[in-house]
Amino acid sequence: MAEQKFAENEVVELVTKIVTSIGTTRGDLIPILQKVTNELGYISQEAIQQISVLLKLPTKEITSVATFYRMLSTKPHGRHIVQFCESAPCHIAGGREVLSALKEALQLEPGETSADNKWTFYTTSCLGICGVGPVILIDTEIHGNVTPDQIPSILGRYE
Amino acid sequence: MKTVRSMVLVSSDPESQKRGSTEIYAAFEQLLSQYGLSEEVQLTYATDIGNSTAVPLVMIYPEAVIYGPLLVSEVPHIVEEHLYKGRIVDEKLAPRYALSGRIAWLQARKGTLPAENRVVLKNVGLIDPESIDDYIAQDGYQALGLALTQTPEEVIKTISDSGLQGRGGAGFPTGLKWSFVRKAAGAKKYVICNADESEPGTFKDRVLLEGDPHRTIESMLIAAYAVGADEGYIYIRGEYQLALQRLEAAIKQAEEYGFLGKNIFGSGLNFHLHVHAGAGAYVCGEETALIESLEGKRGEPRSRPPYPTNEGLWGKPTLINNVETLANIPPIIIHGAEWYRKMGTPSSPGTKVYTILGNVNDKGLIEVPMGITLREIITIYAKGMKDGNFKMAQTGGSGGSIIPSSLQDTPMDFESFKKAGVALGSGALLICNENVCIVDLAKVLINFFRVESCGKCTPCRIGTKRALDILTNISNGQGKMEDLDELENLSHDLIALSNCGLGQTAGTPLKEMLNYFRAEVEAHIKLGICPSGTCQMYN
Repeated sequence: MAEQKFAENEVVELVTKIVTSIGTTRGDLIPILQKVTNELGYISQEAIQQISVLLKLPTKEITSVATFYRMLSTKPHGRHIVQFCESAPCHIAGGREVLSALKEALQLEPGETSADNKWTFYTTSCLGICGVGPVILIDTEIHGNVTPDQIPSILGRYE
Repeated sequence: MKTVRSMVLVSSDPESQKRGSTEIYAAFEQLLSQYGLSEEVQLTYATDIGNSTAVPLVMIYPEAVIYGPLLVSEVPHIVEEHLYKGRIVDEKLAPRYALSGRIAWLQARKGTLPAENRVVLKNVGLIDPESIDDYIAQDGYQALGLALTQTPEEVIKTISDSGLQGRGGAGFPTGLKWSFVRKAAGAKKYVICNADESEPGTFKDRVLLEGDPHRTIESMLIAAYAVGADEGYIYIRGEYQLALQRLEAAIKQAEEYGFLGKNIFGSGLNFHLHVHAGAGAYVCGEETALIESLEGKRGEPRSRPPYPTNEGLWGKPTLINNVETLANIPPIIIHGAEWYRKMGTPSSPGTKVYTILGNVNDKGLIEVPMGITLREIITIYAKGMKDGNFKMAQTGGSGGSIIPSSLQDTPMDFESFKKAGVALGSGALLICNENVCIVDLAKVLINFFRVESCGKCTPCRIGTKRALDILTNISNGQGKMEDLDELENLSHDLIALSNCGLGQTAGTPLKEMLNYFRAEVEAHIKLGICPSGTCQMYN
């Protein structure tokens, strides 16, 4: 995830570039929002404004779509996003214990970002890698067959 | 090529080698020449035989007989009896329970064991998913060529005759769906592949797309020809990055080879295929929500009718099929409906891909004929329970059913399960032992639906929240007997009043919890005990 802050004119420029590369129809909205999330780290108000101008859509429409999907975000994140799968297969495989160990290690509840802006913690629905549950996804890296005592060493690998 | 009468295959995986397969091979070689059989009998090593505890194995074709575990000292007897006199040595046959995977299927052809049969997953793991040439070498795009020599009606008839049913969970007859789209009025039609696989515990479509992306493209082309569509989308869940990359690469290759684009194979068929990555919403696996999402909106299911077959993407007739359903199309076109009907059960022909998870020894992906039982899956493929005894299985992700042990021997096909009042779902099998608490499991399942509910209709939005609150109370030891009535009502309302499948299936775990495990729930309430020791009781 990008962590640097963007100035307003940079946001406008980046969003314009993204929209030009994808298109301006209604069907292009979600791919645009995905790319904005990937490149800016989240979909800021300025970004929504600019998309609204380019796609000729009301900002409330864009916000409504942007807040619907789990992988789109309208809020800034910490440097690393930790996602824990809370679906049944991981739960049965010892996920409950891993979740409490994870909460303890991060000192965060799901949905929170740490004060030093290092971690944002979410619980998520099934990630489709149930064969190796319990599963933790940190940014784009998958950690499978996790046990509670592995948590500190897994987290320790991230700066 | 010289013709041989028999073929002898000696397993040569590391375990077999350790147990002397090299010596066995040498013994065969020496004895065959001694009996003057070297010309008629071909001797080879077999590498990929699947797992077996009975190695070293020796397979002899054409009888497809499997011997094992075999000792060097026993080779002369086998050669003399089987290869020289033509009599099968019964006492050295490998025990059925010791065989799995492809080798088990080999034996099953003799009508003994319901074994793995890879139709859908045939190429997965065997071909380079990034090479179109590899796919073509495995008869890839042949089904398309064959379909193009037939009329669209003939193609649809073959699919209808095959009895193929949708593998996404609902089991709708595929041929019928195709004919609806074919008959729908309008010049512009779409074909969509639903690859938004998000049912907890299900990852069969991911494996298919990662391992054999061209299969999906070919199937969509056949579908497009049959229903008269010229544009298609693969809606793949956003988390499946590898599958997404492989699909994009595969589409590019297919375009270069002229399999996608204009006037394909000179038949006049035009087809353009796009990939759309989901943005993280379980509900988008529901077909009308998926369409909304493709149109750039919130993934909220539409009211039906009109059905997508008449009014789908951008209001045009649209065919939506699951990845696994589509993967069945090319083999059906090539081998015919009758061949397909030989697998599975009369009411549900074909195979089904399952993901096996939970408290079992061997987790993973299998493809078996429809109609296999849960007990067979657990004992044969999952190699038994890891610890404890079987208590229940949850089928088909959260959208499936909770299967109690009393239904362990029910054939797993759409009709038998429907009769038993449960659902086959999308193919995940979460096997639970008695350490799993039903209240705790129901809580996790309901919480999933609460999180993933799109919030459009009230029964689902409020019902899942309310059910979770009640279950949480019960698991904390603060439940009341009246709660059970309320759960029953909630389950009924969710099933009867929700707008789409998400809310409707959210009611199922509640219903089944009360149907099959009521005593365990009551123990939480009346006695303040969690029989499996999972829930923390506070009173």
